[in-house]
Amino acid sequence: MDSFLEDYEEAPAVVVGGKRRRRRRRRSPATQAALQPLLHLPFLPPQPVSSNEHKSNFKKSKEACLSYIQDALLQKQWKRAAEFLTCYVESLEKDYSREHIGPSEMIWRIGTEILWHHSQSRMKEFSCFMEQMKTLGVKRYLKVCLEHVFHLLCNGQIDEAYQNLSLAESWRFGEQTAIQDKEIKLIQAYRGLLDYCSWSKQKKILLEHGEDGFADLAVEQEMHSYFRKAAVNLKEIIKIPGVWDVFVKCYVDLLEFYGEYNEARQVLNEYAYNSKFPANPNAHVYLYQFLKRQGESKKSLLSALKILHDIVPSHELMIDFNTMLQKSKKRKKRQLGLEVIFAALDYAGWKENAKAWSCLARQVKQIVISEKHLDWIKQEWSSRKDWWPDFHFSRYLAKRNWQENKSLSHEKALVAGILLGKGRIFFFFFHFIEQK
Amino acid sequence: MDEEDTRDFNERCAQCSEVNWGLTDGGRFYCRSCHNVTERTREVVNTDFITNSRVQTISKGSKKQEKNDGGCEWYICEGFQLVLKKQVEALEALGVCPQMKDEILCNFWRCYLQKSKQAYCKRPAGETVKTLSVCESSTDVDSDPERPSLLHLLSLSESEGDLQTDCSFASSVSKVSESTSVYSGSVDGSLYLMKNQKEKLRMTMPMTLSFCYLALLWVREPITLSELLRFVVEGHIPYMNVFQHFPEKMKLCGLDLKIFCVESWPEYKEVFNKMHELAAFLDLPRFPDITESCFLHPDMLCMKYLMEANLPDELHNWTCRVVKKIGIGEVDFLTLTPGNKSTRKVKYDVLAAAVIVVVLKLLFLLDDHYEWLLSEFAEERNKNNTEGGPYFEFKKWYEVVKHSLDVEQKKLDEEKAKYLWRCEKPLFYSVKNKSKVLKRRQMVVNLQNQFGKLSGSVQRAEKPNPSSFQLSWSEENTDGSCFHGHSLKGVLQEKCGLLTVMNPDYWLCTVKLCNEKLCGHLAHYREVEFPQSYHFVLGLFSFLLRIQPSYIHDEFNKSTLVLE
Repeated sequence: MDSFLEDYEEAPAVVVGGKRRRRRRRRSPATQAALQPLLHLPFLPPQPVSSNEHKSNFKKSKEACLSYIQDALLQKQWKRAAEFLTCYVESLEKDYSREHIGPSEMIWRIGTEILWHHSQSRMKEFSCFMEQMKTLGVKRYLKVCLEHVFHLLCNGQIDEAYQNLSLAESWRFGEQTAIQDKEIKLIQAYRGLLDYCSWSKQKKILLEHGEDGFADLAVEQEMHSYFRKAAVNLKEIIKIPGVWDVFVKCYVDLLEFYGEYNEARQVLNEYAYNSKFPANPNAHVYLYQFLKRQGESKKSLLSALKILHDIVPSHELMIDFNTMLQKSKKRKKRQLGLEVIFAALDYAGWKENAKAWSCLARQVKQIVISEKHLDWIKQEWSSRKDWWPDFHFSRYLAKRNWQENKSLSHEKALVAGILLGKGRIFFFFFHFIEQK
Repeated sequence: MDEEDTRDFNERCAQCSEVNWGLTDGGRFYCRSCHNVTERTREVVNTDFITNSRVQTISKGSKKQEKNDGGCEWYICEGFQLVLKKQVEALEALGVCPQMKDEILCNFWRCYLQKSKQAYCKRPAGETVKTLSVCESSTDVDSDPERPSLLHLLSLSESEGDLQTDCSFASSVSKVSESTSVYSGSVDGSLYLMKNQKEKLRMTMPMTLSFCYLALLWVREPITLSELLRFVVEGHIPYMNVFQHFPEKMKLCGLDLKIFCVESWPEYKEVFNKMHELAAFLDLPRFPDITESCFLHPDMLCMKYLMEANLPDELHNWTCRVVKKIGIGEVDFLTLTPGNKSTRKVKYDVLAAAVIVVVLKLLFLLDDHYEWLLSEFAEERNKNNTEGGPYFEFKKWYEVVKHSLDVEQKKLDEEKAKYLWRCEKPLFYSVKNKSKVLKRRQMVVNLQNQFGKLSGSVQRAEKPNPSSFQLSWSEENTDGSCFHGHSLKGVLQEKCGLLTVMNPDYWLCTVKLCNEKLCGHLAHYREVEFPQSYHFVLGLFSFLLRIQPSYIHDEFNKSTLVLE
């Protein structure tokens, strides 16, 4: 469930902020609060504290039932959860219109979890259950449809997902249609995404045929029609402020294929720089990659990466950034390069990254040899000299690096030697290397 | 019946201005109070069809059927009668003497009906109320008499369950322009809820249990009130969805649900108080005496509870002594004398439990210190010297009983959470939401099937056989978990040839007493203020009796005050 579309490499799911299952879509606070899936945090939303005495035993018993279900779910005891849910569904017959989350919503969410994870449940039952849930609440109809579609996609049933999306799109229910327009936009966007997938399938076929010398007109026609359908929907959703990584990527891909570079650039700029959109490092990554593909000037590339450095100093592109900055003629840029590489190595994920260490080693060596700008090193090292020795240059790490990755330890030793000077441990370590 | 036919006709009589119509043989309306015969006949009342005479004759029959839907007219008290019948039959199945049904409970019920003027009297109360409501309305005959709104009625009734739910239906029901009273399947549903509570004791579902208990008390059956309520919860006595046993003809909808469909377990205090009110209302004479050989006497009940709590039999001597000392073993004290306000209302089971707690406190102090000390001495002695039977060790007893208690409590909590409140018979407030209710029910059943299959092989446990004892301990068990035969020698000492307690100090833990009339409690029971052992003992008995620990605490305080 972590990757949204497992079959399509062009559109990997980007998990923003480490959310468990699927991506966070930005909504208005009200819908967001209501949409909060039950199990993102392991607590049920707090029940409104009302005087216990006036509640009937029916209500108290159903609340107790619910807490048993919660316990069972958290311990992944699906059978037990199903057992208690069987007793809880009775509360559908009682009107809970004053509660924050009513029993029908609870049953939908809990039932989905159980049916998805239970070993004996089949997709058919699951779909049947979702259909029932759709009839339970008109205010949630589109949400349920959307979640059903996600589950179908996770199960690989692309065609059914597409059918459901089309069906949902054509749903009309008086003023509810207007109230739920955000969900409709999402549904259209995902349909656009599936159109994109079909498009790329056709594209693949076309390219293969192209190699063989055949030009299949029908395939080409289909491909273009998918493109039109996809483009319309994707364009719409991107206009709304939000985190739309997958959609943006697909849309840009489409535009590039058809040579609409200006439009693509505009879209990416909007996505990255429009303050209405939430701060999203991926936006800058996409922009950078696009600019690189287009062969833009170093200046624009660097400016794109600079912002990325500000947001996510530990991003993997920092190596490219540093490499480009080192080669620059401007002094300031080179100093920035040093900053960048030091900042990246502050993070634990980079400890074993040989390339990063080699970048740092190279730059530091160059500075030392040229004997210019030693103050740069001093500046960077002053804030790090308390903790870097234990963090990177401990005896244990030295031994381990030496055993596992010789090139890494070589680079590290170099850096350490320069930075620590006559530091005892690494001096000894240097000795150790020389002996070998 | 005349009533049914003339229900539609609500005009005032020209002579006496009352609405009390009957039908002559010729189909004409006549006033029953002054015997004034009108020219109006039944057909004319259906003014809708007056233009088309052919339609009139056809509709005359069908409208009637359509309205009743194959049902008959029934009164609320008839419903309650059925409920009582079912309950007493269940009691008979449990082994109660058969006279209870026909000779005792039936008579009580008839007496109640008579006293509350619902039957067996000259003019049933229902009619009086109806005329009153019409008189209060506007004098314009053509407009509908002012019907009390549904909301008003619901707010008058006891605040049990969800008024909010019902209010949401209120708007839909008030639009229903039935010519009868506000919607209910029974004839007098709405009137029933409107009745003034103070004058006549209005019948409710918990009161059916009061009736049963009253009858049981009269016959002096060995069932205490807490046991009766426990049987209700376990399903041996119909209470929860008893209306599903009503005959098909008695249609239940609208306000009847408010009366018959309960969503809470009967509470001890409520049933108990209602029982006393009822006894006074019915002007019953003094009940048969409760003597020392009777089950409900504290001596007998203490023995039973001592066995169930796995305490040594020797404690029984002490309970008898305490009972004698505080004078609760007297016949006059124990026997119910309705109407005598000076006698205390005796909760036999709670009293017995409180006596045991008093005895435990006397012997062990229960101050989280002394009893463990004594236990250590006993343990030492038991280790070194195994002849003459083991001494009672509080610590061991605590461990054994706590373990069983926890297991049973957990089972009980799960059962309560898994309880299914709704039954097959659908309940709907009005015809309008019948289809919705049926659809929902169908969906619930589908979901239950679907998830029931996924629950695996866990079958719903069969109803346990009704048993008087919830915890049982057998002396044959070799693990020594039965303490009945243990001796109390370690706790007592010889003094003047009599066994007395080693520690002469005794005190009442309660720091502050309260005024019973103000809040119903003699002293407030909060866990943190009392020692853990005391809390445990109270917890044990509150589980056995299925009541709140504070009840036992109250009784305990009452007893010890006398003891001091």
